[in-house]
Amino acid sequence: MRLIETKDLSVTLGRQTVLHHVDFHIDRGEIVTIVGPNGSGKSTLLRSLIGAVAVSGEIIRAANLRIGYVPQKLHIDPTLPMTVRRFMGLPRRHKAAAIDAALERAGLSGLEDRQMADLSGGQFQRVLLAHALIETPDLLILDEATQGLDQPGSAAFYRQIEEVRADMGCAVLMVSHELHVVMSASDRVVCLNGHVCCEGQPEHVASAPEYRAIFGSGTGGALALYRHDHDHDHAHHGHGCAQDPLTEEAS
Amino acid sequence: MLDDFLVRAALAGLGVALAAAPLGCFVVWRRMAYFGDATAHAAILGVAIALALSVSVFAGALGVALLMALTVSALTARGYAMDTLLGVLAHSALAVGLVAVSLIDGIRIDLMAYLFGDILSVSRMDLAVIWTGAALVLAGLAWRWQALLTATLNSDLAYASGIDPKREQLVLTLALALVVAVAIKVVGVLLIAALLIIPAAAARPLAGTPERMALGAVLIASASALAGVWLSYLYDTPAGPSIVCCAGVAFALTGAVRAMGITNQ
Repeated sequence: MRLIETKDLSVTLGRQTVLHHVDFHIDRGEIVTIVGPNGSGKSTLLRSLIGAVAVSGEIIRAANLRIGYVPQKLHIDPTLPMTVRRFMGLPRRHKAAAIDAALERAGLSGLEDRQMADLSGGQFQRVLLAHALIETPDLLILDEATQGLDQPGSAAFYRQIEEVRADMGCAVLMVSHELHVVMSASDRVVCLNGHVCCEGQPEHVASAPEYRAIFGSGTGGALALYRHDHDHDHAHHGHGCAQDPLTEEAS
Repeated sequence: MLDDFLVRAALAGLGVALAAAPLGCFVVWRRMAYFGDATAHAAILGVAIALALSVSVFAGALGVALLMALTVSALTARGYAMDTLLGVLAHSALAVGLVAVSLIDGIRIDLMAYLFGDILSVSRMDLAVIWTGAALVLAGLAWRWQALLTATLNSDLAYASGIDPKREQLVLTLALALVVAVAIKVVGVLLIAALLIIPAAAARPLAGTPERMALGAVLIASASALAGVWLSYLYDTPAGPSIVCCAGVAFALTGAVRAMGITNQ
């Protein structure tokens, strides 16, 4: 079942067209990772899916689709006091027991009354994840959620997401650019560079000689590291991938 | 035994404090301090227009404040360099208002009353307007509280939950114009922003959640309003500035309390 689907989606921010004719979809229970260089429109695609940017083209959402969103960065103004417990109750209030349970699942017991500003980077990200999950979403969207975490930290974070998918069965859509980290559990990888360059199953991709895939390098098998370059010319968007960036040899 | 005008003054100050304090928290959290200033300063132009057209000063101030707030809101969305632009708008509006007031013939206007407020001359009708306005603002904030907080925290988080941050911004904009319009009589256009920001800032060091900060701001603002009116009665000082002075003292006190708390740890 399609949760969300875009048809011929284009986004113009200011004078720059950031996304060109993107056809994208994600189905129930699927894990999809979007990879692409900086400025390739990854975040813009996610933001258009949640309805935060004006788009041309079509976005079809399943009826009553519940989205849990983990932003790339959440800056809380120092003038705004915010405990973990209070944050969990936004935008909808939950019973204290439900919040405690959600925090315990995320390994955050005992932090309920801490100020969000006093959390470590890893704790903060886990609170954001727990916050996105408390509404039992159909689709979990993560925008480079491990930014600022070290490698063991992000590996733990991704392992947690795999567990969440197994437990709750929600679809997961995430973006990755740091070292082109792609979760090995991804059902599909979409390579974006203003348009969809290519997409496919990670095993497919991983076994292809074009990719130098290094599995499980100290990440407990939760991660696979892909490396490819994005220095090909995209002056004329919409041409497909005449020169596939993924065929270039990684050094 | 309090004289009747003093009771009315106290009630007027209390009414404005009740509405301005929680709204002021959002002004502080969203870094809209200059936005409040621009809206308040524009209101003097509304006063001038109202006097020229012989309509109620409240309506004139509300109209122009609303227009200013909506303009600034729209410009914010377009991503202008806000501090400069707001500085230009705030002071231009004030200057145009002052010039316009001076151009009106045949009416002798006590300009000071609009710049610094004239709380001791509050009538029963003024009280009704102030408390109706305050009730509307409080009801609006209570109704949208969760959505407003979410949108203040992060607009993408709000979108993902089906909340339109632009609509919430509009709620705040309307509330701000309303507070400005009712507060002119109490503190005057020059000090309205102080009534929004100082109680909220004073409550910040003592609060762990947004709700406690809003409650603290209400208590501080109310105490400042009452103390200010009382001091102005005792020492014959202007009431509006006296209220703001009390709020300023509260800010210094809570800041000192926090500083001591930190050194104790």
